[in-house]
Amino acid sequence: MDLFEYQGKQFFAEYGIAVSPGEAVETVDDAVAAADRLGYPVVVKAQVHVGGRGKAGGVKLASNTAEAREHAGNILGLDIKGHVVKHLWIEKASDIAEEYYASFTLDRSAKKHLGMLSAQGGVEIETVAETDPDAIAKIWVDPSVGLDEATIRAWVAAAKLNPDATEGAVELLGKLYTAFTEGDADLCEVNPMILTPEGRVHALDAKVSLDNNASFRHDWDAYDATQSRDEREQAAHDKGLQYVGLDGEVGVIANGAGLAMSTVDIVNQVGGRPANFLDIGGGANAEVMAGALEVINNDPKVKSIFINIFGGITKGEEVANGIVTALGRVTIDSPIVIRLDGTNAEEGRAILGRHESDMLISKPTMLEAARAAVELAK
Amino acid sequence: MSIFVDENTKVVYQGLTGSQGRFYGLRNRDYGTRVVAGTNPKKAGTDVDGIPVYADVADAVAATGATASCIFIPAPGVKSAVMEAVAGGITFIVVITEGVPAQDEAWFFNEVRNNHPEVRILGPNCPGIISPGKANIGITSGDIALAPIEGKPSVGIVSRSGTLTYQALYELKLQGIGVTTCVGIGGDPVPGTSFIDCLEAFEADAETKAVMMIGEIGGSAEEEAAEFIATKMTKPVSSYIAGVTAPPGKKMGHAGAIVSGGKGTAAAKMDALRAAGVKVGHNPTEAGELMVEIIKGL
Repeated sequence: MDLFEYQGKQFFAEYGIAVSPGEAVETVDDAVAAADRLGYPVVVKAQVHVGGRGKAGGVKLASNTAEAREHAGNILGLDIKGHVVKHLWIEKASDIAEEYYASFTLDRSAKKHLGMLSAQGGVEIETVAETDPDAIAKIWVDPSVGLDEATIRAWVAAAKLNPDATEGAVELLGKLYTAFTEGDADLCEVNPMILTPEGRVHALDAKVSLDNNASFRHDWDAYDATQSRDEREQAAHDKGLQYVGLDGEVGVIANGAGLAMSTVDIVNQVGGRPANFLDIGGGANAEVMAGALEVINNDPKVKSIFINIFGGITKGEEVANGIVTALGRVTIDSPIVIRLDGTNAEEGRAILGRHESDMLISKPTMLEAARAAVELAK
Repeated sequence: MSIFVDENTKVVYQGLTGSQGRFYGLRNRDYGTRVVAGTNPKKAGTDVDGIPVYADVADAVAATGATASCIFIPAPGVKSAVMEAVAGGITFIVVITEGVPAQDEAWFFNEVRNNHPEVRILGPNCPGIISPGKANIGITSGDIALAPIEGKPSVGIVSRSGTLTYQALYELKLQGIGVTTCVGIGGDPVPGTSFIDCLEAFEADAETKAVMMIGEIGGSAEEEAAEFIATKMTKPVSSYIAGVTAPPGKKMGHAGAIVSGGKGTAAAKMDALRAAGVKVGHNPTEAGELMVEIIKGL
């Protein structure tokens, strides 16, 4: 789950990381009131889950009430790479002496935590990595050992930050690692981490992605409530289904993430365009299937539906009965092509065969089913 | 031969008294797996359909001589369940549970690698391991797996995805190809056992003549496997990678299956595998057909 900048800063603040004072707002009037309270100059910042907002006009400095009103009005509702701005973060402007980059993430190859620190902050770290890779000081931290102050100190020295920033950086990075591990983040990135003319170090931006699997031990409801999902994704989320919206006409339902991905792929391979990725999990029972069909059916772009089920423990006849029951509960507008394979596939297909029509077609292989579904979507 | 587990492997089921643990534990026993014990601190002294339940893994090991464990504990308890198995003397730990926090799995993977190098973890978030005809530990249906056939070459399978693992087993069964061992390594960010661990074991196993490898988008495990195949493997490999059309930045079901920053794409993985001499299919069926060609050419 990706957090907005203001949520990332709230998250940082919980771990004692210094951030600029600010307020999150959703209207122009609230933005102006917040700016007046904070005192000018302030920065009006668009809150979107996408990079490059500065270039898109989503970050503006305001030195008085009139400017705060003007910028807030312009930025709210702005479309930044397909993300419409609904939230603003009004922040007390900071004096900046230097800008740095700092982050922690998981290095899946090394199976260790990776810390990256650079004296070149404020720009995309990918750009620095390409143009001047030596400017990024990296450390790999064994998660079972942790990160001690001496190691952080050596890391800061290796990154060649301004010596005035050393103490502040060591403190911030120690807290950032704690936030990353104890806070169950997949990514904690501070870009820029700034040194002020007074010699203080703090986080001017916050990019945080949290591990949804750890939500049981945190209170993340407020973060979850602002996740930008399209209508289809929200409906699927509410039903507990794994769903990703795509742009095509062939609705896809499969059991298992790998098979669902594979199904989306094969629809493409035979010249069609999938409308979604939808994984209903291993069991494929009637209730889950009915929920999945409802989600797909509510997508107006869908012209045909491809159900791809592999029966393992759940036998073919149970899957087939589940599908038939689900079809009895939901009225489906588009024709359905089913490929049922695996344990007792023959028995399952026999059951489906009794219900076959122009609106329900059974095919024995993934390839044939994909071709039929794509043909029906034309 | 099979890799990692066979008909002699004694297994303790952590979570045997729960609904999932009971269902699959009994199924695995029916298949022929030596399911010798379950654990539950509150139900020590009882049994599940004749399988004795002990307070913890150490007690179970002392009483039964189990060397493997299979974990069906809910995600919040997996970290301590793994360490309990390690402390109890288990050397092969299969973690079926999905939804384990990445910080937990990164922690116990390194803790075990540093201090208990003799222990192998499989998973989390995996379907388990089956050596057809010998042992089935996990949630794979034994019906879809074909055991090695005397006088015919057999194949090993390693896969990151659950249902595609089943698909791979089934494709080979339809083609009449027996499987020595099928390992589902799971789709999580820090899998205890990697593609390379399995490829290495299959390369060393005399009965396994070829390997089918099922990968998916995200990370660089397939690229690393390709490097291993190119430099260290003599046995032929067929492969399939799921997620060719996955949009960047969207998690496709598995925590690990995401294309981020232009890395981890299916195309890059397929290119790396082809360059290593692997026969790469466009779908699981094609990967199965490619394996038939490989077997014919042996």
